[in-house]
Amino acid sequence: MRLARVIGTVVATRKHRKLEGAKLLLTQPVDAVGQPVGPAHLAVDAVGAGVGELVLLVLEGRAAGAALGRRGAPVDVAVVGIVDSTGLTIC
Amino acid sequence: MQLARVIGNVVATIKDPGLVGLTLLVLQPLSPDREAVGPALVAVDSVGAGAGEEVFFVRGREASLPFLPQRVPTDASVTGICDQWTTTSTSTGTAPQTPKHRGRRRP
Repeated sequence: MRLARVIGTVVATRKHRKLEGAKLLLTQPVDAVGQPVGPAHLAVDAVGAGVGELVLLVLEGRAAGAALGRRGAPVDVAVVGIVDSTGLTIC
Repeated sequence: MQLARVIGNVVATIKDPGLVGLTLLVLQPLSPDREAVGPALVAVDSVGAGAGEEVFFVRGREASLPFLPQRVPTDASVTGICDQWTTTSTSTGTAPQTPKHRGRRRP
């Protein structure tokens, strides 16, 4: 899992049927000091996260699909937790 | 998943039988600020996207899931067409006003 910051939301009317009803969040992975690392990912939200929050991101397909709770969902990134604190200096 | 713009399509007569009948799109991955990031790639379409549209796509083994039970040998598939996106950074995205839905919607 990675730490990431939720930086936005995406609205898409036409999408794969297994994604219908899923909330899509733009997430930017961050390093241990909160600096952006790598490209932004579009993630399915499994926990009700919002813009600006620090979250846990899974970047592996099977785990991401399981987070959505739908077998065969074409998902490779999912938000699976909202970080309360890390013990680092970024929260 | 990542955001991308459809910048073209690919026609290939000789290909794996699992790809027959599917639309191949050339995607340019985008940052949330609509800047091109990384190299363009070819993805299989599962939603009927067309050139100029902003979409999102899935990579890896999951890219073959939209087509089940058909087995499609792909590592990237378009799974949605963006109406709009909003970010906390500089830009607010809205999809182009003249999308062309030429492909048929697939299950």
